Amino acid sequence: MDAILLQILNGLDKGGAYALIALGLTLVFGTLGVVNFAHGALFMLGAFCAVTVQKILTISMKVKDESITFFDAYKEQPYLEIWFGDFGTAIIDWSVPISILLAMPIMLLIGLAMERGLIRHFYKRSHAEQILVTFGLAIVLQEIVKSFFGANPIPSPAPGIVSGSAPIGVLLGLGESVVYPWWRMIYLLFSGAVIFAVFAFLQFTTFGMVVRAGMHDRETVGLLGIDVEHRFTIVFGIAAVVAGLAGVMYAPILPPDYHMGMDFLVLSFVVVVVGGMGSLGGAVAAGFLLGILQSFASMNEVKAIIPGIDQIIIYLVAVIIILVRPRGLMGRKGVMED
Amino acid sequence: MIVPSIRNDWVIMAIFTAVVLTAPLWLTPVGAGYPDLLQKFAIFGIFAIGFNILFGLTGYLSFGHAVFLGVGSYTAVWSFKLLTMNVLPAVIFATLLAGVFAVVIGYVSLRRSGIYFSILTLAFAQMSYNMAYSVLTPITNGETGLQLTMNDPRILDGPAGQGLPSTTLFGLDMSGYAGFYFCAVMLIIAFFISLRIFRSPFGLKLLAIKSNQTRMKYTGFNTRPYLLTAFVISGMYAGLAGSLMAITDPLAGAERMQWTASGEVVLMTILGGTGTLLGPLFGAGIIKYFENIFSAMNDGRLHEIFSFLPDWLENIVVAITGEFVGDGWHLTLGLLFMIVVIFLPGGVVEGIRRANGFLRRLVQSSGTNTATLAAEKE
Repeated sequence: MDAILLQILNGLDKGGAYALIALGLTLVFGTLGVVNFAHGALFMLGAFCAVTVQKILTISMKVKDESITFFDAYKEQPYLEIWFGDFGTAIIDWSVPISILLAMPIMLLIGLAMERGLIRHFYKRSHAEQILVTFGLAIVLQEIVKSFFGANPIPSPAPGIVSGSAPIGVLLGLGESVVYPWWRMIYLLFSGAVIFAVFAFLQFTTFGMVVRAGMHDRETVGLLGIDVEHRFTIVFGIAAVVAGLAGVMYAPILPPDYHMGMDFLVLSFVVVVVGGMGSLGGAVAAGFLLGILQSFASMNEVKAIIPGIDQIIIYLVAVIIILVRPRGLMGRKGVMED
Repeated sequence: MIVPSIRNDWVIMAIFTAVVLTAPLWLTPVGAGYPDLLQKFAIFGIFAIGFNILFGLTGYLSFGHAVFLGVGSYTAVWSFKLLTMNVLPAVIFATLLAGVFAVVIGYVSLRRSGIYFSILTLAFAQMSYNMAYSVLTPITNGETGLQLTMNDPRILDGPAGQGLPSTTLFGLDMSGYAGFYFCAVMLIIAFFISLRIFRSPFGLKLLAIKSNQTRMKYTGFNTRPYLLTAFVISGMYAGLAGSLMAITDPLAGAERMQWTASGEVVLMTILGGTGTLLGPLFGAGIIKYFENIFSAMNDGRLHEIFSFLPDWLENIVVAITGEFVGDGWHLTLGLLFMIVVIFLPGGVVEGIRRANGFLRRLVQSSGTNTATLAAEKE
């Protein structure tokens, strides 16, 4: 029982990341009809927003180390600490949550620029060409990041107050062995909040209504005198922000490196396909589902029966789903079924 | 197809053979006339030609072709370890086993088309890659990569004497130019088969599937056997290329199966010209040539190249171009990828064709101008 609960929880935070990326992918595919292989790169850029903010906040100067008296020793001390004292230290500690504020406008800009500059010209081209050009873009983005930040993962810790583990076992009366890192819990709640926000935005605002209408029948909405393309561009920006936020918050869980986007992209595509192309709910559900499946498959008991299953479970599920239910778990009838 | 006046396949083959076999001569002036690089040209040429049979003719974009490359390499190395250092069994086994893999993967993946096909092949590729790293370590030797050791059985050759043996063709050492010529012969055979496929009714059927699969089905063709055949052939090409990689350097690693490797062959095909005979070869050659030059460059070399500029400008230029060479080669590759897809979807071959047409118009324009003027007057 403990183990099962723990595996579900472990799966949920990874599932949260999958769901957020897959949500953006599906939004873009549903509105613009574009298969965006560069979406993983947006996730990666988000994570590197956190890294950048951390680097900026910890810009340091050399000061004399007072604690060593035998000789002149120097240590690096961030300007923020020098200027603001303890408050500065706190700011540095909270660099990841702070970087959310920075990441949102930046990712929105990147998304808009990407759509206007490149994706727009590929509406009419084949899916193969869309895949290829965005694949190229993903390589370019990741190489740029690599040349700035190097090839090694850069640890960016969560704020000290939430760096420990939550004794959820005690809370739920399951014994003390069940603990769960606070930050993962926060990530889970955060991804839930973002998903809720996106859905609420689409469901309860006029803008969202137009977007949903456009997803169903773009032509008619256009004929009604609404500039659909303009709205869809903004949707692309929103998808970029969602991917970026997923990346920022994921940085403390997985130290960002330049190819994390690619790793997540392949999985997220699988998630989208399993959930059903163009179905937002399906993408979210499949994201969490596959996350949990993966964490169950990596239990030692399961691995003892089928060795290596944790490495391939997601792909295996995807293959089966595509073959027996081509429109995915919750895909609409007639959308991309061939 | 290549040059309009030459229609005869045998003439094409003769020219192609001559060009490939003399490659060491005419590639020396551009600094590519040494066996290592020439082998790469030939190997990736085979890989891209095979990929083109699938993608170019049927339009099915596979993102998992590197699996067959990896399978080919592993099989070849195992053949060296267990049987003999002779390369022929290695090539045959590798090609056949890659074919078997292609049958399995193709049978499943080809039940869907379009983006689903791409994702299915990608999923299989990732599965194979992950398994090669984890569960299949006894076969693949995991991260270290599979390599020859002193105590391999080598049933036909007997145990190794002094040092690790090298790959041979009936005693002929497969290093240096001998290795290249072996690859070159394979390339010529591969090209010949591809040429025959392009010209055959089978090839035409594949093209018809690309242009309109529904129409093909309505006319009473079951398209799937044709697609599967194309898939298996192109998988076998990849297996052959993989075995040749193992022959020139008896080592196989899982990174050969990663999906970036699959992406590379897609790029080669597109860069050269999808669906053309020679395009993929051009693409493979161009990419491997520039990879070789660019990734070997460093800032010192760049300073030499741009030394004719004034000092301040030289530093700026070197700082900018420095991002694109050496480790930054992949950046160049990605940019190239985008530029080709955006501006020249037909690849180099289409570029040549356009330039050709432009020149022809330029030459004719003076003559036609007067003619049209005369016609207008009447």
